[in-house]
Amino acid sequence: MLKSFADYIAFSTLGLVPGSRFGEALDFFIYDTLKIFLLLTTIIYVVAIIRTSFPPEKTKCMLSHKREYVGNVLAALLGIVTPFCSCSAVPLFIGFVESGVPLGVTFSFLISSPMVNEVALIMLWGLFGWKIALIYIGTGLVVAIVAGIVIGKLKMEKYVQDYVWEMQVGTAEIVQLSFREKLRYAGTYTRDLLKKIWPYVVVGVGLGAFIHGYVPEDFLVRWAGPGNPFAVPIAVALGVPLYSNAAGVIPIVHALMEKGMAIGTVLAFMMAVTALSLPEAIILKNVLKNRLLAVFFGIVATAIICVGYLFNAIL
Amino acid sequence: MKIEVLGTGCATCKTLYENVKKAVEESGKVADVVKVEEIPKIMAYGVMSTPALVVDGHVKFSGKVASVAEIMGIL
Repeated sequence: MLKSFADYIAFSTLGLVPGSRFGEALDFFIYDTLKIFLLLTTIIYVVAIIRTSFPPEKTKCMLSHKREYVGNVLAALLGIVTPFCSCSAVPLFIGFVESGVPLGVTFSFLISSPMVNEVALIMLWGLFGWKIALIYIGTGLVVAIVAGIVIGKLKMEKYVQDYVWEMQVGTAEIVQLSFREKLRYAGTYTRDLLKKIWPYVVVGVGLGAFIHGYVPEDFLVRWAGPGNPFAVPIAVALGVPLYSNAAGVIPIVHALMEKGMAIGTVLAFMMAVTALSLPEAIILKNVLKNRLLAVFFGIVATAIICVGYLFNAIL
Repeated sequence: MKIEVLGTGCATCKTLYENVKKAVEESGKVADVVKVEEIPKIMAYGVMSTPALVVDGHVKFSGKVASVAEIMGIL
């Protein structure tokens, strides 16, 4: 239905010729923009309602004194539903470790929470289909669980800033919201988030449409196809500075895949965009000493690169 | 009445602070509005997601920006 609406606008109303470069690019742009905004509005709203039942204070209680393995799996799963913003990373980290959540389990949460987020999922689902979206969730969880377990095994507690262990943490009363308040919260949350990301989506889809219409097929096969062993690490390195623009990056990546970028490289790039970022590193430096920060980045980057090679080899 | 806005200085925390000031003004109540940015003070309330609103030592909500009308309902 959306497709015929886009065709109608581009070819009937504006009178562009089907098959012409500009006509195809504009048709693509209208269709993708409509589809993505519909999906974004619905899913962000639903996820926001679910999230009101999982405040971080409750997640903390569920994870405290959990053993490794079980704790890491649970932390990665809770990372999907617990709301997280990198500006809250410091109080969240201190709250977790102070209440007895093991360090490795805390990291599983910190990795999964931004990486397996609803915006990335909707964009992947809308543009690449549900299979790729599911593969992304699955491998994202595995990366968070494995990286958390490895950090736990390395016994790096002494590389947490010393003041963290001496902090006195109070217990906040968890404010229970009524169902109406939950709906209202979800409404405001959806509106604010859309307000923040819509320009990135429009620019991203616009660039994607341009690539779709104007860049020759097979353009990237040589550079980013499965044959280039350096494509995955380079994609990961490029992903780090692009933080928080998942909404704008995915449409571009989608168009690049049509031109020959391999799927494993696409997944690795997406994960690097969401999970690793310089602003987050600067924030986490408040609670982590350099060595642990470097280990954290190193392990997550390695895990993401492995995911990239794996999917390039099997898909 | 003592109102504290807890937050480490991100954009959302500033928005909440402005909304609280407006709400106090409109309601005509006498209140002391302060912005708390120090991590130890924030942690002492057990708050893990910022921004958060504390009225007379009680955490009213955390992890969201409330509208002026909503805050007036709390005061």
